[in-house]
Amino acid sequence: MKAILSGQQISITIKRLANQILENETDTSGTVIIGLQPRGVFLSDRIVAAMHSEFPGIGITYGKLDITFYRDDVRKELHIANQTDIPFSIEGKRVVLIDDVLYKGRTIRAALDALLAFGRPAKVELCVLIDRRYSREFPIQPNYVGKSIDSIVSQKVKVFWNDKDGKEEVALLEE
Amino acid sequence: MQLSTRHLLGIKDLTAADISLILQTAEQFKEVLQRPVKKVPSLRDIVVVNLFFENSTRTRISFELAEKRLSADTVNFTASASSVSKGETLLDTVNNILSMKVDMVVMRHSASGAPHFLAKHIPAAIINAGDGINEHPTQGLLDALSIKEKLGGLEGKKVAIIGDIMHSRVAQSNIYLLKKMGAEVTVCGPPTLIPRHISEAFGINVSYDLKETLQWCDVANVLRIQLERQNQVLFSSLREYNLAYGISRKLLDGLHKEIVIMHPGPINRGVELDSDVADSKQSIILQQVENGVAVRMAVLYLLANRNN
Repeated sequence: MKAILSGQQISITIKRLANQILENETDTSGTVIIGLQPRGVFLSDRIVAAMHSEFPGIGITYGKLDITFYRDDVRKELHIANQTDIPFSIEGKRVVLIDDVLYKGRTIRAALDALLAFGRPAKVELCVLIDRRYSREFPIQPNYVGKSIDSIVSQKVKVFWNDKDGKEEVALLEE
Repeated sequence: MQLSTRHLLGIKDLTAADISLILQTAEQFKEVLQRPVKKVPSLRDIVVVNLFFENSTRTRISFELAEKRLSADTVNFTASASSVSKGETLLDTVNNILSMKVDMVVMRHSASGAPHFLAKHIPAAIINAGDGINEHPTQGLLDALSIKEKLGGLEGKKVAIIGDIMHSRVAQSNIYLLKKMGAEVTVCGPPTLIPRHISEAFGINVSYDLKETLQWCDVANVLRIQLERQNQVLFSSLREYNLAYGISRKLLDGLHKEIVIMHPGPINRGVELDSDVADSKQSIILQQVENGVAVRMAVLYLLANRNN
């Protein structure tokens, strides 16, 4: 197991990502943040919290999306659905999708499909903590990246969160 | 994690973990049904046939909506408009339909055990939509989801099932399910409509006193008097049944506590349930119908994966 980011580095990176997302559009009324279930939500919770502490009084529309029913490997194995919570329309909005690790791009493909059930967004952006470069199976690229890494198929990237795992770290695991 | 069974023939065959998985998945489908686009692509590679050998409005529409909202292709079959009236056997009918590449069968039949028979002879997944006086598993599941939503859980909850227990597949599925999930059950009705030894067989209470039962319970699931299945006189008249076992406003007001009223439909207004009870805010009858679609989506979704 090799550490990619320490707990302190994760905190600094989250602040940077929060700033980058707001940098070009300071009026947040046209922006919605959507965290992907299950593990992207730990990151999106932290990014939204960072936005609030950096810019007190800012209005952020924030939802959570589960993509289980849109997966393309639905017949390969059963996936248990998590809660989707998007009690607003995304029609005409700029949507920032947030997930922890971008790997093959299949989750994001499913998320783009799932999003259309909630309206037609003006544009969709992607923010990830870890981008595993050179392993994409779809033409999908992130707009905001915590850290890009080079990894091979036999390796796994795991993000540990305090709330869930009792420690905060990004690690590269060898199979 | 997946279901322990390939078919849904009855609650009897499910484990508590199966039931929890179905209810948990149904809760996610309830959210899907709130979206502007109430449809997901999960079953777009699946063909489902709805085989209804017995009349149904609610269940058939509910299954069909569930299938469509999962993007499955559906075929409908009603016995009266089919070759069954020309003398074809059940197995021949189903095998002919399956040879047209159907993946799942939703079946309602007046003979108890008909879906169990089919499950032994055909490769497709079978969902029992009610067989005779045996089981109606999706009704049991949607009742459980409705109770869980209203009371926050099933364990330790006191549920009364009132009326024609003898002829009710809804009662049987509810009893199996509630016992597996740790609820307490009392059945209540006239002695002629309650099977003997039901108390020992299921580990439930039997009462012939409606007021006492209502005073005890958190939820009253009121069943329809099934005149079409009664081939002998089991009570003297509908009016007398209403006086002894009908749920009236006055009776509920006399309890000095609020209980939840459920009914699987169709209601015989003025027989087992008075209108001012059925339409009151204590009644969750229409929520039950709403939950039916989500529960059936969950069952279809989980079984489609189990069979591939």
